[in-house]
Amino acid sequence: MDTKITVTIDGQEVSADPGQTILEAARSQGIYIPTLCHYSKTTNVGACRVCVVEVENARSYVASCCAPVTPGMVIRTNTPAIRAAQKMIIELLWSSGDHNCLTCEQNGACELQDLVYWLQIDKPRFPIEHHGYEMDNSNTMITRDLNKCILCGRCIRACNEIQVNEVLDFANRGSYAKVGPAFDADYIDSSCVFCGECAQVCPTGAITFKQAKFAGRPWELSKTRTTCAYCGVGCQIDLYTKDNKIVKVMGNRQYGPPNEGSLCVKGRFGMDFISHPDRISKPLIRHQKGEAFKEAAWDEAYAFIAQRLAAVKKEYGPDSIAGLSSARCTNEENYVFQKFLRGGIGTNNIDHCARL
Amino acid sequence: MIILVGTNITEAHPVASTFVKDAVLAGAKLIVIDPRRTDMVDFAEMHVPLKVGSDVALINGVMNVLIEENLYDKKYVDSCTEGFEELKKKVMEYPPERAAEISGIPADTIRELARKMASVKPAMLMYTLGITEHICGVNNVMSCANLQMLLGNVGVECGGVNPQRGQNNVQGACDMGALPNVFPGYQQVANADARAKFAKAWNVKSLPDKPGMMMPTMMKNLTTGKVKAFYVFGENLANTEPDIHHVERELQSAEFLVCQDIFPTETTRFAHVILPAAAWSENDGTFASSERRVNRVRAASVPPGDARPNWWIFKELAKRFGHEWQSSSAQEIWDNEISVLAPSMAGIKYARLENDGLQWPCPTEDHPGTPTLHKGGKFTRGLGMLKAIDYIPPAEVPDQEYPFVLSTGRRLYHYHTRTQTGRSAGINDLLGEETADISTADAEAKGISDGEKISVKSRRGEVVVKARVTKEVPPGLVWMAFHFREACANWLTNPVYDPVTQTAEYKACAVRIDKLR
Repeated sequence: MDTKITVTIDGQEVSADPGQTILEAARSQGIYIPTLCHYSKTTNVGACRVCVVEVENARSYVASCCAPVTPGMVIRTNTPAIRAAQKMIIELLWSSGDHNCLTCEQNGACELQDLVYWLQIDKPRFPIEHHGYEMDNSNTMITRDLNKCILCGRCIRACNEIQVNEVLDFANRGSYAKVGPAFDADYIDSSCVFCGECAQVCPTGAITFKQAKFAGRPWELSKTRTTCAYCGVGCQIDLYTKDNKIVKVMGNRQYGPPNEGSLCVKGRFGMDFISHPDRISKPLIRHQKGEAFKEAAWDEAYAFIAQRLAAVKKEYGPDSIAGLSSARCTNEENYVFQKFLRGGIGTNNIDHCARL
Repeated sequence: MIILVGTNITEAHPVASTFVKDAVLAGAKLIVIDPRRTDMVDFAEMHVPLKVGSDVALINGVMNVLIEENLYDKKYVDSCTEGFEELKKKVMEYPPERAAEISGIPADTIRELARKMASVKPAMLMYTLGITEHICGVNNVMSCANLQMLLGNVGVECGGVNPQRGQNNVQGACDMGALPNVFPGYQQVANADARAKFAKAWNVKSLPDKPGMMMPTMMKNLTTGKVKAFYVFGENLANTEPDIHHVERELQSAEFLVCQDIFPTETTRFAHVILPAAAWSENDGTFASSERRVNRVRAASVPPGDARPNWWIFKELAKRFGHEWQSSSAQEIWDNEISVLAPSMAGIKYARLENDGLQWPCPTEDHPGTPTLHKGGKFTRGLGMLKAIDYIPPAEVPDQEYPFVLSTGRRLYHYHTRTQTGRSAGINDLLGEETADISTADAEAKGISDGEKISVKSRRGEVVVKARVTKEVPPGLVWMAFHFREACANWLTNPVYDPVTQTAEYKACAVRIDKLR
């Protein structure tokens, strides 16, 4: 698009694309406007109102995530009146549920908590509502505590617009409104396929990863970007680890192709095998089939294998040795294995499960 | 437009399916060609439930219509391909009525399908093992390529013939030369120059020039004695190969078997030595995805006990054979060896992989990588080859004794033989046992109710398994996975192979189902 629109944000002239929202135009200039319901790749709904700004000649405050820029628009994001409105909104959201950070898994990674701090709110002016919703503990992966839900609808849009699994929606109206699968079912009894996107996008502690509970506070976890170990899509994931254990797996919307932050059930929840007690941790040797395996030191194992392979090679030739490589392992490991068979043993008898 | 053939993408490649669904929401048309009513059918404009193994006949029928009705991309065919006359002659033998007879898809539906395919450009064809796991797997793939070339859809963005890779690094294992006929970067072992280049790099006098054995031949030769020693690294053959009884006899015959793995498996039971490997999160390296994208894998935890990275183990073993290999990290192996020796990856270095990876071919360090192959209809071999292909039925078809077709595959919640997902708490809760999926009609006819244990029997074996009565499966078909040892489909599957690739016919064999007495 070659026609640009000029608007003024906080006294600064900003050049924006037609169709851009005020929020996008502001963020492109590094101007911070807080948001809660806004989420990339989903429809802007203006549900939470935290992103309100003043627009000259507008009837009232404008939700910047939904309002497109128009030529000559004069916008103010940080006036005392706007801050007062945002405080009011956050206090209402806070008091609408049971946000007890002492026991909340999201403590330290909660966007509502962050805004309470940013707006310097000591406590809400309104009484805390206790809905008394029962927790959805129906499965071993995702916990839902609707008492902490601020009805921003991110999970619904992520489920329907990003993952297109079409499980979640709003039910009921007014103060009875809640989020959930059809017929208010628990996840395990619904058509949910446990991609975990709802928990990933939830700005509060309403939807959390069950196995991550008590496994580490957000600030104690180390993050490592890597590539998923399951199918061939090659999803980019962030592993969160503590004490040599994978606490949780997250997608990252900052990453590009192939998955742009989306994950599936195996990538999200299928990684705890790494620290399973069945892991083989020592070389095991036996001289005859039927004998029990004995633990061995590496040198002993190498010597045993080298001696047996050398004997076979000497008596029957290198082509009496064959190796199967692994499509589950890295390029480097596959390369070194074929190098070992071709260069070390002298055979091209190397294959892997591509034929599966 | 997106054409899915023989791919249950929401279960086998869920995140890829997300993007297909996103495309449909954004207005793309979707055609699903699959015997089962898979979840993607909900998003499709057309579902074509062909009979198992009739892909070539159906596609020939479609191409017959495209040519008869002059709907194909004549300009593309003339300028970018060869072999059209032979193809035309062959597909003229497959008028829609004949294709209908073989595939079970009405002739008019085949006509409609062809017209739809020709109505939108570009169209992307995606396939998975529903195409390849047949004795005619290569023919099926070539038929898909024929169709896409005829439609002028190869060499354009959002077009092409796109296999979805099942394992995280099956693309990479091929790229790295873990194949009997090629060195890394698909350089033929039969080529003397390639051998000389690798011999020099690896500091050996010579390298073998004769292509080695493919996996099924290796396995067979364990019993003939031609293969004495077998080294299996990160595979659980005892569950993944067709006809488990037979496979176990082969493994039992190995005079010396080394298994290198992270867990004890059904295969390690036959080993003489089991070596403990570092797992995926304990290791640096790279994987190559379905789209030839080389991505970084990074260590995030420490391996248990004495477990070591696989490359380290091979390097140590090579030392015992008198080879001192220099590279001593994944990065050194890639930067100093792989990218130096494989011209298509010469431009890929670890320093360039920090963000979203690179797609090979990437010949130089300033090359941006290649997202689309055969750009502008310019093929690697010059002109795209259209191939005349005949339909052949599966090796084993239903008869009176075994009246059902068994087709197999993967389910969403598990991965292969559950070596990993079987040890993942949450996932096991979602799906704790295998089922045999059968149609409502067959269940009614046999008096089988949903959840009832039944017998599924083939000429190779029998399993007792829970019936899952579902509308996903058409009458006459039984569908099972190979995730669980107890009721693994591979007790039943047929060890017959595509003659070129030696891929087994997992997708079709004959079985009978019976109520338990």
